[in-house]
Amino acid sequence: MSTQASNPIQSKINVKSAAFAENAEHMALQVNDLQEKIAQIKQGGGEKANKRHTDRGKLLPRERINALLDPGSPFLEISQLAAWNVYEDYVPAAGVIAGIGRVSGQECMIVANDATVKGGTYYPLTVKKHLRAQTIAEQNNLPCIYLVDSGGANLPRQDDVFPDREHFGRIFYNQANLSAKNIPQIAVVMGSCTAGGAYVPAMADESIIVKNQGTIFLGGPPLVKAATGEVVSAEELGGGDVHCRTSGVVDHLANNDHHALKIARDSVARLNRVKQPNIDIREAREPLYDAKEIYGIIPKDTRQPYDVREIIARIVDGSEFDEFKALYGTTLVCGFARIFGYPVGIVANNGILFSESALKGAHFIELCAQRKIPLVFLQNITGFMVGKQYESGGIAKNGAKMVTAVACANVPKFTVLIGGSFGAGNYGMCGRAYDPRFLFMWPNARISVMGGEQAAGVLAQVKKEQKQRAGETWSAEEEQAFKQPIVDNYEHQGHPYYASARLWDDGVIDPADTRFVLGLSLSAALNKPVEETQFGVFRM
Amino acid sequence: MFKKLLIANRGEICCRVIKTARKMGIPTVAVYSDADANALHVQMADEAVHIGGPAAKGSYLKAQTIIDVCKEVGADAVHPGYGFLSENAKFANLCEANNIAFVGPPTGAIEAMGSKSAAKTIMEKAGVPLVPGYHGDDQSEAVIKKAADDMGYPVLLKAAAGGGGKGMRQVWSEKEFAGALAAAKREALSSFSDDTMLVEKYLTQPRHVEIQVFCDKHGNGVYLFERDCSVQRRHQKVIEEAPAPGLSDEVRKAMGEAALKAAKAIDYVGAGTVEFLYDVDGSFYFMEMNTRLQVEHPVTEMITGQDLVQWQLNVAAGEPLPLTQEQLKVNGHAFEARVYAEDPDNDFLPVTGQLTYLQAPLENRHVRVDTGVRQGDEVSVYYDPMIAKLIVWDEDRNKALNRLTSALSDYHINGMTTNLPFLYNLASTDAFRNVELDTGFIEKHQDKIFVNSDYDFNQCLPLMVLAILLNKKQTQPKANSADISSPWQFTNAWRANEQHSQTVVVGVAGEKFEVTVTHVDAEQFELNINGEDLLVSGVLSANELIANVNGHRQKATLVVHGSDMSLYTAQTALHFSEEEPDLGLDDMQDADGGLTAPMNGTVVKLMVEAGETVEADTPLLIMEAMKMEHTIKAPAKGKVTEFFFQAGELVDGGAELLAFEVSE
Repeated sequence: MSTQASNPIQSKINVKSAAFAENAEHMALQVNDLQEKIAQIKQGGGEKANKRHTDRGKLLPRERINALLDPGSPFLEISQLAAWNVYEDYVPAAGVIAGIGRVSGQECMIVANDATVKGGTYYPLTVKKHLRAQTIAEQNNLPCIYLVDSGGANLPRQDDVFPDREHFGRIFYNQANLSAKNIPQIAVVMGSCTAGGAYVPAMADESIIVKNQGTIFLGGPPLVKAATGEVVSAEELGGGDVHCRTSGVVDHLANNDHHALKIARDSVARLNRVKQPNIDIREAREPLYDAKEIYGIIPKDTRQPYDVREIIARIVDGSEFDEFKALYGTTLVCGFARIFGYPVGIVANNGILFSESALKGAHFIELCAQRKIPLVFLQNITGFMVGKQYESGGIAKNGAKMVTAVACANVPKFTVLIGGSFGAGNYGMCGRAYDPRFLFMWPNARISVMGGEQAAGVLAQVKKEQKQRAGETWSAEEEQAFKQPIVDNYEHQGHPYYASARLWDDGVIDPADTRFVLGLSLSAALNKPVEETQFGVFRM
Repeated sequence: MFKKLLIANRGEICCRVIKTARKMGIPTVAVYSDADANALHVQMADEAVHIGGPAAKGSYLKAQTIIDVCKEVGADAVHPGYGFLSENAKFANLCEANNIAFVGPPTGAIEAMGSKSAAKTIMEKAGVPLVPGYHGDDQSEAVIKKAADDMGYPVLLKAAAGGGGKGMRQVWSEKEFAGALAAAKREALSSFSDDTMLVEKYLTQPRHVEIQVFCDKHGNGVYLFERDCSVQRRHQKVIEEAPAPGLSDEVRKAMGEAALKAAKAIDYVGAGTVEFLYDVDGSFYFMEMNTRLQVEHPVTEMITGQDLVQWQLNVAAGEPLPLTQEQLKVNGHAFEARVYAEDPDNDFLPVTGQLTYLQAPLENRHVRVDTGVRQGDEVSVYYDPMIAKLIVWDEDRNKALNRLTSALSDYHINGMTTNLPFLYNLASTDAFRNVELDTGFIEKHQDKIFVNSDYDFNQCLPLMVLAILLNKKQTQPKANSADISSPWQFTNAWRANEQHSQTVVVGVAGEKFEVTVTHVDAEQFELNINGEDLLVSGVLSANELIANVNGHRQKATLVVHGSDMSLYTAQTALHFSEEEPDLGLDDMQDADGGLTAPMNGTVVKLMVEAGETVEADTPLLIMEAMKMEHTIKAPAKGKVTEFFFQAGELVDGGAELLAFEVSE
């Protein structure tokens, strides 16, 4: 019997206190707002567009996903807020729904175009979301199922969609290279599949098309007429019959959406894949405390500190947490726990990062990498400590050690932004640039290079010095008027919706769902065995 | 006693006879067709001999072959069971000529009762009361019709040689007469090669009460009381009981004595049944006498404590009756329900298939199951689709009826549609409990039996939806993985930032009901039914569904057969299915195209010429299956371009019978 974490965290939260109630209400408001936004986004292109879509006998994209999934399967949708308030056009979910779900017992990445949103055309963020889905599939070894119903690149925005490395062409580059890694690529053509889009089924390992509905061609009838004068219907040009009987572009002809999805399910059922996690898995146990209590723990006033162990107690199995170096570098909490039976190393902020906390973090990350234990980062960080004493103490090189450890650790990493995510703290705590397998934000989280107040303060200080050099005066009112727009702008750009709209994360989640989301993410990640780590040079 | 007994039958009755013979120390010989090579009756018998092909004509009806087998194996007695050769005078003669004891009445008695019209003449002479009717030899339509007109409608047309409802028609008015006569004659001709008809006054509220009689070769006769078989559909018995509820001792005695009089009039020996119509006023009329052991004999056995097969064998061996009339007593009450592979919602069409799962209720002193099949057996097109007889006994009718419904809900059959829910609903009606019996019972109460009351239905709909959801969870594909506690194996339909809703479509008796289901959490569902929200949770283990609907915890039994399910609650049974999304697989089969055989059977007649243009609903082809005629009609105006089968050919269920082209 190996030594098991068996030290449940004793919660010190008083759920009857007025502060708890106030905090809980504040968080509930934010979660409700999130759910309202998502409810709206799930309506897709709106009632009229949906009706036009369903009148053709087509299922809506979310209905397609539901029919594709195993009955009762969870669906870990990513980036629901993609493109939210980014374009002048309303492009809910960036016109493409993506996420992981269980199909024929197998976790798969599903990417479904929403033809009710601008004809399913690819905006820049649509491309980014599609590529992100493929990245997740690649990192976690998940078969991909593309439910294609798209008019291709959004032509007015072609300069932001077509030419660059991580633009439209990358989708097909990925299909080829994922296939090369034996990550199955299955395409179901349920609508248009024009021009570049034609390569989704053409590059797929196995493809399905709905007859009298799906079409695939490099140039549509209008382009053909313009180019050669040939007049041809879409169905004659690239319908299911043509591609299944004559061209061989598609492998299976389906009668309707449901039939096509059934064929896709059958296709997944014969992939001959076995998930073989190479880590020590135990039976899952619920935490001792209700996850919903997180609402009352997160202070309404973001400057108030709280003990992050209260959060950990509501995420991990049995609330059991085996803390590492509990007495050293106490502003960073490190320790071992299990989530849904999977072993994890948890790295959580409990205040500003000092040299000691950074060293402790680096040490702990090395441990986990060595033992192939997945890492969970709970980010709530204003940054590394500044000041003469700390700079001369080498906080830069100590911080760098932690960043090196995070960057190189080749175990699955998962990051949840549960509060602030500012400056180099974001790096040390496995921000987006450090390639966590998944990164989620809570609705109360904020992300920016530094806090709005601090940024305004720095800029005001610079401005003030300029004024002083020019011999001008600057009243307190003038200074405040200078600072306020900066604070407002930081608040706006640091908001989770702003971040999620631009795919700086994989989604904004209800804090009460954190355990389940992490469980799904961990399990999905284990489709790829945990690998060895090779660290870079640690500056000593 | 006999040295060796051959049973010239199959299925449950063969097994039933073997049990008694074994008890009496008589070795048994079974016979079997190709279709029954691995049947239960073959395995149970001490010996078994193959006698031919699957169709009864080629095996169980081959009288000479069976005699030959008797000689070959040294059997000195034949028990014919019921059906097949049991009332075949020629076979009885053949036995006699070969010195083999026929366990049944003398040839003369079989012949006397073999023709219904002749039987009536004999009974009339013997002073047994008869229903007014015409049984004459003059078969001209005018004469038969005049007799009908004279006695007043409704009347009943019957084939003189008939039985089991074949060649039988109710005629409610003069103007229906000609059509009904023609149809009855055609059916009689095809079933019995004899279209002699008789016509009788049709009693509108009669009960079918029959007396079990027994006579020995020493001139003794007793009656073992009566059975009430009023609950019938198409003149086939569905649930029988003994004694007949509400029958006074005087009437019982009068009927019993009349039955004995009938038996003595033809010098009867062995087990026989005299069937009477019993009218509300206490009068009764002779219908017919069956010169064999009846299907429903177990209910008599249960209330008298006697083994009628043992009596038969003793009597056939020349022994006197074991008991006198005075020694026979009625004890308690018994029911028998006939469990059939048939679809009550589809006009009782017999179904065939494999009994992939078969779990009969536990047998004890209250519950008895007479069956000839086991799990894995086939119910084939060749024989009667009866799966079993479920017999229950208790001290009084109410208690026995409780035993019946509970045993029916414990009877679990997968693999094919059965009449179990129908039987359950029938037995659960107030009318049945209150003895509102007559032979029209099922038609009269079909609202209750077939389409459940709104109340029952609304009670059941949440349970049906829950059953569908839980069954789906149980049967969904499992990951091939060591990842045992993965949340991906959850079936909570979790979605980010919303509760997942889905629509479940429940199909009941051809109607569809849409229910919106919201997954509250892994255990709980919120169902929206007719605008009302219900919080539902439950567990399904084996066949037991424990459901909690808005705080009301209840138990039900769920039986799954393919995509169909049967639900038994305390009040009712419902047959339903989840309506799966249309995969467009029958896009090719519109009205244009083919018409398919509803089941395995034989093509009887082509009604039109190929190439002929016909109106919608014109009969195109008649096929016979499971002894019933099915007419394939034109789906629309159009023409038959080709018939793929000719009269006499066997067809499989689902086979395309003809090509039909719809006119524009």
